[in-house]
Amino acid sequence: MIKIERLTKNYGSNCAVDDISFEIEKGETVGFLGPNGAGKSTTMNILTGYLSASAGRVSIDGIDILADPIGAKRLIGYLPEQPPVYLDMTVDEYLKFNYELKGCTIEREPHLAEICEVVKISHVRKRLIRNLSKGYRQRVGVAQALIGNPPVIIFDEPTVGLDPKQIIEIRSLIRSLGKDHTVLLSTHILQEVQAVCDRIIIINKGKIVADEKTENITRVVEGNRRFNVKICGPQRDVLDTLKALPGISYVELLAQKDGDACTYMVESEFGVDVRKKLFYTVAERGWAIIGLESLGMSLEDIFITVVNKTEEDIPAESGKRNKPSAPKRSRRTRNTLENDLADTLVKDAEQRRAEAADEVIDEDI
Amino acid sequence: MLAIYKKELRSYFTNPLGFVFVGIFLAVSALLFSYTTFLAKTYDTSSYFLLMIFVLVILLPLLTMRLFAEEKKLRTEQLLLTAPISLTGMVLGKFFAAFTMFFGCMLVSCINFIPLYAIAAAERGNLSYSTTYVGPVTAQIVGCMIAIVLIGAAFIALGTLISTLTENQLAAAIITMAAIFGLIFTSLISSFVPVAWIRTALNWISVLGRFSNLSKGVFDISTVVYYLSLTFAFLFLTVRVYEKRRWN
Repeated sequence: MIKIERLTKNYGSNCAVDDISFEIEKGETVGFLGPNGAGKSTTMNILTGYLSASAGRVSIDGIDILADPIGAKRLIGYLPEQPPVYLDMTVDEYLKFNYELKGCTIEREPHLAEICEVVKISHVRKRLIRNLSKGYRQRVGVAQALIGNPPVIIFDEPTVGLDPKQIIEIRSLIRSLGKDHTVLLSTHILQEVQAVCDRIIIINKGKIVADEKTENITRVVEGNRRFNVKICGPQRDVLDTLKALPGISYVELLAQKDGDACTYMVESEFGVDVRKKLFYTVAERGWAIIGLESLGMSLEDIFITVVNKTEEDIPAESGKRNKPSAPKRSRRTRNTLENDLADTLVKDAEQRRAEAADEVIDEDI
Repeated sequence: MLAIYKKELRSYFTNPLGFVFVGIFLAVSALLFSYTTFLAKTYDTSSYFLLMIFVLVILLPLLTMRLFAEEKKLRTEQLLLTAPISLTGMVLGKFFAAFTMFFGCMLVSCINFIPLYAIAAAERGNLSYSTTYVGPVTAQIVGCMIAIVLIGAAFIALGTLISTLTENQLAAAIITMAAIFGLIFTSLISSFVPVAWIRTALNWISVLGRFSNLSKGVFDISTVVYYLSLTFAFLFLTVRVYEKRRWN
């Protein structure tokens, strides 16, 4: 439905989007993730025809955005980062204006009423947009994007500035839109993509660094089981017992103490839940578990890892960048993302543990 | 285009600007008209029209200053530029909205002529014999109206162009005034230039110099073409500004 081929955008000498390619199938809900200034908004602005690309092709449902901009724009509903609302109009006037602007052919009143119902702004239709809160303005912006029932919907950071309740509402709205629309959504909130998207594309410094199904990423997140456990008992014995326990791949003593209890960080093997076994083993010895806290690996960890990793990669790669290696590179990223991630994370964790261990030793002395 | 035209026209009246414009325009035109005709005891309207051009210099930027500057400031231009309409449609919609405001005021200000014709009729009735024609020259008035409407269109197009270049409405208005003054004053400068061919050239591009032909009631097609092409050129540049911005 959306096809981006080797898209590049330069602002002067500053390269905002650097040779990215991806494709979004019909009906997919894709999260476009990246830190501030990664090129998310630029990509979206190019997709919607607001900006033109320096190089590369963008087509919406087979229509090239440069060859037939009006035809392509007709297929897109776009909510920019700042809802583009006219403050001196009422909600109703604004929606009617958009209806005319987009040259809709669906019957007006029922269509607008339905949209207002969906985004829950029916009761403010007669009010001036100037007097609406940020959340409502955002919803009016969403309503604007839905006018004309476009097959492709693009949201640029749709939940910024909303209260938690509104965020949940907007997310569930996006999820329901995803059933029969192609949705591309940009954000830097990770839970958001996890909550609503089928697929996640992570972009950093203008390059795609990961492109994965959400469930795969979630599996990486959940597959890695780490937790902190607080046990009352002699440190060395506890440590040895834990190390001997089958299913545990790594144990270490952390510096935190709570009375006579010490905190241990335990990492289980992939896909094994050792918590029950741990409890019984420790109980048998007469020690008490007074705390168990799952560390897990958050999406934040993945995100930071992936982003940092690419930052390290870039200088190493700059030598061979002249070659058109981008598509190959992204495929490679795809196949091995999980492994890469796991590796990096383990290394990361080891490093952190080493640092923590040093501190413990210092304390003991 | 129609959607934008309607929206712009409506927005003139949802904020005070439109009312201020209409009010001042009608008040000033009536004032100038009575000073240049009734009080000066003449039926000649050419000085009224000439002064009106200078009024337009001040008033028309009020109409054009917000056209694009405000869209840019509120980020609503993103909405227009991602909507399935052409850039030309967008620019023309806005231009015609401002032009309609001006044209409407101009038409309404024609009621100024009614008392002039009434006085002329009364005077003709008082005179038992008349060797010369007494009263305003209708052909001259029509010619001046056409000329001033065309000049206004060119000024509005220039204002539209300048409005795209800044997000500050006040700056847009002031720069527009200055630019229009520049257009007008080419003819005044030309009278100080001793070199004949420069003088001819300056007169040729001068807005005012051309105006004198139509104001004499002589319908000069080249003048009409001149004003129209000036309007077209500025609107074309406006579209180009947006086209270029996309590529930056």
